[in-house]
Amino acid sequence: MQISMTVNGNEVTSDIEPRVLLVHYIREVLGLTGTHWGCDTSNCGTCVVLMDGQPVKSCTVLAAMAAGHDIRTVEGLASGGTLDPVQQGFMEEHGLQCGFCTPGMMLTARALLDKNPHPDTTEIRQAISGQICRCTGYATIVRSVQWAAAHPAGGDSDATAADVIDGTDTVIEDIPAQTQDTEVKA
Amino acid sequence: MQIPAPFDYVRATSVDNALELLARHGPESRVVAGGHSLLPMMKLRLSRPEWLIDINDLYELDFILRDGDKLRIGALTRHTTLLESDEIAALFPIVRDAEAVIADPIVRNRGTIGGSLCQADPAEDLSTVCDVLGAEAVIRGPAGERILAMADFHRGPYETAVGQDELLCELRFPVRPRSGSAYEKVERRVGDWAVGAAGASVTLAEDGTIADAAVGLTALGLDHTVAGAAELLRGRQPGEELFAEAARLAAAASDPVADQRGPIDYKRHLADELTRRVLRQACARAAQTQEG
Repeated sequence: MQISMTVNGNEVTSDIEPRVLLVHYIREVLGLTGTHWGCDTSNCGTCVVLMDGQPVKSCTVLAAMAAGHDIRTVEGLASGGTLDPVQQGFMEEHGLQCGFCTPGMMLTARALLDKNPHPDTTEIRQAISGQICRCTGYATIVRSVQWAAAHPAGGDSDATAADVIDGTDTVIEDIPAQTQDTEVKA
Repeated sequence: MQIPAPFDYVRATSVDNALELLARHGPESRVVAGGHSLLPMMKLRLSRPEWLIDINDLYELDFILRDGDKLRIGALTRHTTLLESDEIAALFPIVRDAEAVIADPIVRNRGTIGGSLCQADPAEDLSTVCDVLGAEAVIRGPAGERILAMADFHRGPYETAVGQDELLCELRFPVRPRSGSAYEKVERRVGDWAVGAAGASVTLAEDGTIADAAVGLTALGLDHTVAGAAELLRGRQPGEELFAEAARLAAAASDPVADQRGPIDYKRHLADELTRRVLRQACARAAQTQEG
C-alpha cells in the first residue's frame, strides 16, 4: 500500500506492506537510524518518536497508522545547524553514556517542555517513566531536561549541530584522556 | 524481530463505514484503535487477523460530554485525555487514580478506553473502574444500538459481549450527588500489569450513612463487583470497622492465582488491604463533595 507522511518537515511517500512497523519504516526505508529499535514490546522506549507532537513508541505503531501524520525523529531536533536546547542539555549535564536510550529520551523531553516549559523533577521523572536507561540512573537525564528548561533559547554551549553530525567531537585521539569530560562541557 | 503476519489494512471513515467493513471482511477482521494490546499480540502471532480496520480517524468517538445525569465518554478517548480531564477527576476521581498507573505516559498517548475494555485483560484497570461506577456500554452493530450494563458486557478474560460485527462506541457513567470513588494498584514497576488492585465507589445519604457502594478487584480473580458488599455497606456509617468487614468480604470473593507476581496468600492480603484503602478514600471524597 502507498503511504505518505511528514517526517521532520519533509513529505515522504512509500510503497510498503501494511505490517511494517513505524520504527522499521523510519530506520530501513527512510534510513533515519537515529531512532533506535530496542525491546520490540513497547517497554523500553528507545524507539520513541513524536507523532503530531506527542511521544509514541514506534515499535507499536504501524507505518500505515502514521500515514497522514506529522512525525519528528531525533534527526529533526536540531535546526539550521543549531542544537535543540534538549540536545545541549544532554551534553551539558552528561545525560547519556552509551546513548542507546538517548533519542527517545530527548524526544520525550522536547514534548514535555513544549507542553510544560517549567516541569519540576517529579514531572520530568513521570514523563520519562516509560523509558529505560541502564547507564545514568536517570539523575543526569533529569538534570539535562532541567538544563533545557532553564535555557529555552539554548546558548551557553559552544557545541553546534555540525560538531555532532560531523562527529568531530568524537575524535578521541585529539582529546587528552583526562580532559575529555571538560572538552565536552567547554 | 517481531513482525506481524501479513494482513490487509483499511481505515474506517465513520462508525457506519467501520460496521460495513466489519460485515464485509467477516470474522477474520479486527478493529484497531491505540493498538497497544492488539499489535503486540499480532507481533507474537497470537493474533493473526486477515484485515485490520483502523478506527483512529473516527473523531466522532473521541469525546467527554456531560449529558444531564450522565457523563458520556467516547470509546476512542485516549488514556492521556482521561487522565488530564478535570471534569472527570471532579466527578469520578477513581478514573484519574487508575489512569495515572495504567501502562506509562507514552503508551497512554495511544491507548483508548474502548480498546482497554474490549481487550478485557483480567489485569486491565478500566474494567474495574467501569464496574464500580455502574457504567453502561453503548454498542453499535448492523441491527442498531444496544446498551449493556458492565455485568452483561464482561464475559470473562479476553471476552466481551461485543459481537464480531459490532463496535463499542461509548461508555455512560451515572453522575450521583454526594459520591466519591478511588482506585489503588500494586505493581512491581511502572508499566507492568497489576499484582493486584481495588476500586470503590460510594454514595452517601444526607445523614452521612452509605446509600450505595460498589467494590471491585483487578487481577485478583474476580470478574465483577464484590457480591454482598453493597448490602453490607448500605445504611451504615463509614468507619474503619465497616471497611475491614467489607475488605474481608473482598478477600474471600477473590480467587487469585500464584504466578511470578506473587503467591495466593499475598494477593488475598492485597485484596483485603487495598479494599480498605479505596473505601476509606472514596468515603472521604464523597464527604468532601457533600460539603462542597
